[in-house]
Amino acid sequence: MTEPLPTPKRKDPLGRSTLGHVPPGLRSRAATEMATYAAQGRFVLQSCDRCRSVTYPPRDRCPTCWGTLTWVDQDSGARVEAVTTIRHSTDNFFRNHMPWRIGTVRLDAGPVAIVHLHGDVHQGDRVRMTLRLDRGGNPALFAMPKEETPNMQDDPQLRCFTAHPKHRRILVTDGRSAIGQAIARALLKAGAQTVFLGDADPLMRYPGKAEIEAQEGIEPVSLNMTDSGSVQELAAQLGGRVDIVINTACFVRPGGVAFGAKLSDLQAGFDLGVLGLVRLAQGFAPAMSARSDDGVNSAAAFLDILPVSGLSGQFGYAGAAASAAARLSLLSGLRGEMQQTGIRVLSVLTGPVDDDWHQDLPQPKVVPGQLARAVVHALTEGQEFTCAGDVAKDLFARWQANPLLTMREENR
Amino acid sequence: MTRSPLTLLAEALADRTVECIDLTNTLSPDFPVIVLPAEFGQCAPFRMEKVSRYDDNGPAWYWNNISMNEHTGTHFDAPAHWVTGKDLPSNTVDAVPTQDFVAPVVVIDISKEAAADADFVLTRAFLEDWEAQHGEIPKRHWIALRTDWYKRVGTPEYLNLKEDGTHSPGPDGSAMEFLVHERDCVGLAVETVGTDAGQAFHFNPPLPAHSILHGNGRYGLQCLTNLDKLPTFGAMIVACPLKIEGGSGSPLRVIALVERAPA
Repeated sequence: MTEPLPTPKRKDPLGRSTLGHVPPGLRSRAATEMATYAAQGRFVLQSCDRCRSVTYPPRDRCPTCWGTLTWVDQDSGARVEAVTTIRHSTDNFFRNHMPWRIGTVRLDAGPVAIVHLHGDVHQGDRVRMTLRLDRGGNPALFAMPKEETPNMQDDPQLRCFTAHPKHRRILVTDGRSAIGQAIARALLKAGAQTVFLGDADPLMRYPGKAEIEAQEGIEPVSLNMTDSGSVQELAAQLGGRVDIVINTACFVRPGGVAFGAKLSDLQAGFDLGVLGLVRLAQGFAPAMSARSDDGVNSAAAFLDILPVSGLSGQFGYAGAAASAAARLSLLSGLRGEMQQTGIRVLSVLTGPVDDDWHQDLPQPKVVPGQLARAVVHALTEGQEFTCAGDVAKDLFARWQANPLLTMREENR
Repeated sequence: MTRSPLTLLAEALADRTVECIDLTNTLSPDFPVIVLPAEFGQCAPFRMEKVSRYDDNGPAWYWNNISMNEHTGTHFDAPAHWVTGKDLPSNTVDAVPTQDFVAPVVVIDISKEAAADADFVLTRAFLEDWEAQHGEIPKRHWIALRTDWYKRVGTPEYLNLKEDGTHSPGPDGSAMEFLVHERDCVGLAVETVGTDAGQAFHFNPPLPAHSILHGNGRYGLQCLTNLDKLPTFGAMIVACPLKIEGGSGSPLRVIALVERAPA
């Protein structure tokens, strides 16, 4: 079993915070491609198109027959053949996390690999292999116990590969929506210490306000993402105390491009969705970046929930899709910046949510509980791309197979 | 030598026998704007983005880009704001006669009534009673409704938005017909977010202040403060909207010139 993580003490003001180093990042293009699968939580290895042998680590050609290689989802079973505990390292990241256990595993898919080990994994064990991203955005094989063990998520090595909510202080930007409230509750249930719940207009009532604000662990805060001053003010108050930022703010109105679009709605949508995201990042990312290795409640992730239609466009919701497209682009940029500092940038893609502004769309639509589960999953797995609901999963899969076809399909 | 009226005014301003009272709320991002039913377009609040403040984007100068609706904060409504005024001449802020920017004001105090009933409706009968007590409302005046509503700014009770809509005082059709056609008012000046009562959508005719004022070429001033600092008669309002081409209204600084009471 894993020792449960202690509740972090308040910091000693005389001590210097540990700087957030990231593991070494120089990787091949093939390894970078592997990272794109790790980002989705998929366990893949390269398989030779000619001889069918599976190979690891990532390569440009099959080491057996020189054939071309394709990434293929693999059986995640494996057996630990040897275990080593590293007590010294010349690398700054690993020096801060000594001792560090690694092991040699024989993958059921074929290859032998050197992998990171969960604390409950020992020599000879059958294990479940996972492909994860380290704090620098590199793909890494991590061996998990085959069965659930007590406090498994608290393993210190595993926690370096996730942004688990436990003991963390989390800002949810818009608590006025049912989605924001469901996410806040799910985070507390997952062990979050505090959820700072944003309210863009504290003078205006909203459904569920009394109930959510009365819940232990919820701290209402004034936050209007269309107002730079408001974001800066909150960042000044909370900057050094927010470990995870979850952006639930979104403005969706139906409308096309030439037909049925209202420019004032588009402006409002871009201001909140696109510029709001930048305001949020500028306000909170710098302080988070300085705290990516700051103990149990180190700063860990910046998560944005956005319409999956940003990948393709969407007939009848062109403005919302365009705003989501801009957000996807900004998130890619932010991800690159934050990988230097050890903070994960996570995107939760959603299909149309079951709210007032998607009344004319057919089911299935995403309900708040589904989104909350997706958010907690993304954090506990440290997964960069998570789809909430079947519409998002289907569109994401079609887009990966053929982006141009998906654009055509979604805009007619 | 006879001194001109303006010379007298200049002297009165210099020796403070005429004082300027600010009737304007501060334009800030959190100042409330009118809320319409969600399917309609909404009034943009005031926003300010820094361009530079003695920094790398402008080392020696400080300035901001600002944005808002024409009807955000303390603002002026031109006749073109309402459908009833759409075909009138000179109905937009750039064309409104400049002479109208300076006009006397009569203050009608309904603060007690508004405190007792947020939905207080100003009627012709109320105005006739008021005139019996205070004297007739002179022609070509702003009619300022003192409600003390400005003291609610910063609280939910300013917009007072309940599940059945907003609740704030305002006139009915009879009061507006009286003020416009029988007292020839310049316009209606209020502390609430609109010239009409919060529930005026349900009046018959609906939204009488907007409809009758603007249909007859009169103006609105909203979100004012300090109307309790003005005398019933004798003050002068200076309200110059921005010269926005084809604009339906404008945020503006509104001041009142008030003769200081003798010591």
